[in-house]
Amino acid sequence: MLQVSIYRYNPETDSAPYMQEFQVDTQGRDIMVLDVLHMMKEQDNGLAYRRSCREGVCGSDGMNMNGKNGLACITPLSEVVKNGKLVLRPLPGLPVIRDLVVDMGLFYKQYERIQPYLQNDTPAPAIERLQSPEDRDKLDGLYECILCACCSTSCPSFWWNPDKFVGPAGLLQSYRFLADSRDEATRERLAELEDPFSVFRCRGIMNCVAVCPKGLNPTRAIGKIREMLLANAT
Amino acid sequence: MVTNITNLGRSGLSDWLIQRVSAVILAVYTLFIVLYLLFNPGLDYATWSGLFAQTWMRIFSLLAFVSLAAHAWVGLWTVTTDYLKPTGIRVGAQTVIILAIFVFLVWGIQILWGA
Repeated sequence: MLQVSIYRYNPETDSAPYMQEFQVDTQGRDIMVLDVLHMMKEQDNGLAYRRSCREGVCGSDGMNMNGKNGLACITPLSEVVKNGKLVLRPLPGLPVIRDLVVDMGLFYKQYERIQPYLQNDTPAPAIERLQSPEDRDKLDGLYECILCACCSTSCPSFWWNPDKFVGPAGLLQSYRFLADSRDEATRERLAELEDPFSVFRCRGIMNCVAVCPKGLNPTRAIGKIREMLLANAT
Repeated sequence: MVTNITNLGRSGLSDWLIQRVSAVILAVYTLFIVLYLLFNPGLDYATWSGLFAQTWMRIFSLLAFVSLAAHAWVGLWTVTTDYLKPTGIRVGAQTVIILAIFVFLVWGIQILWGA
């Protein structure tokens, strides 16, 4: 029997959030945390959480499992359970809508701020804008982000200033376009980032790197943005 | 772009560079003082005073003091913007910090060139 403690909050009926205990019979199998959530939902169908693809592609089921953010669908119990206990909480730092469902508004607002689309004013060629294999390689480790918010919600700088600090997810995407040889808005993008909050509130503690379910490295991307800002201004 | 007026350099980039350069200066100064104390075990007042009577040591010390002032301002400004959310309390704390840094800096200069 696996003992699961889960964060419950329904603003329509609860005055405050509380932790609810569940006993789940996993029959000794090493299943994913998302499977455990399904078993719990069979016991209490009022339990709310997001999920979609159940294979680590859509990024819907980011949550805090035994203190560490990750995707429930690709996290096996053997990776997180300690002493037969599992504690599930919503992603930290974002407002809770219900149970494990959080309001991602601020996260998306910061993503929108970095203008996550290719900007190029030269007339488009007949077929496509070409890029050398070397230039294309620069986008590896950047474009794979699925916006699950595990990194930004594990970042204290994002907790304290989610309205001003872009956060690791947004900055990784920002660098994805700064590094793109086809993008022409480099100067404008950098000008938007040189204040003390947007990029520089990062203190390099690398929580983002430790939790990214896709194995990406936002801290490295933030370092590259700083290098570009420095090269542009000195 | 987030606007700020109480941080040291008005730009995150310049604050960041100042923080790193001043950290290197402070590290070199600390290392020098520690090594000096280690290599002068029976240090007396005359030797210590003689060290600080030399112009290069005064310049080196002033450089370290200015670095410390800048480093403290950038660092503590960041702390206030992280943890002090009500504007009145935050601006008040920033004023006290900047005033203290100014007093300590002038005091340090007076000690270096006073005696």
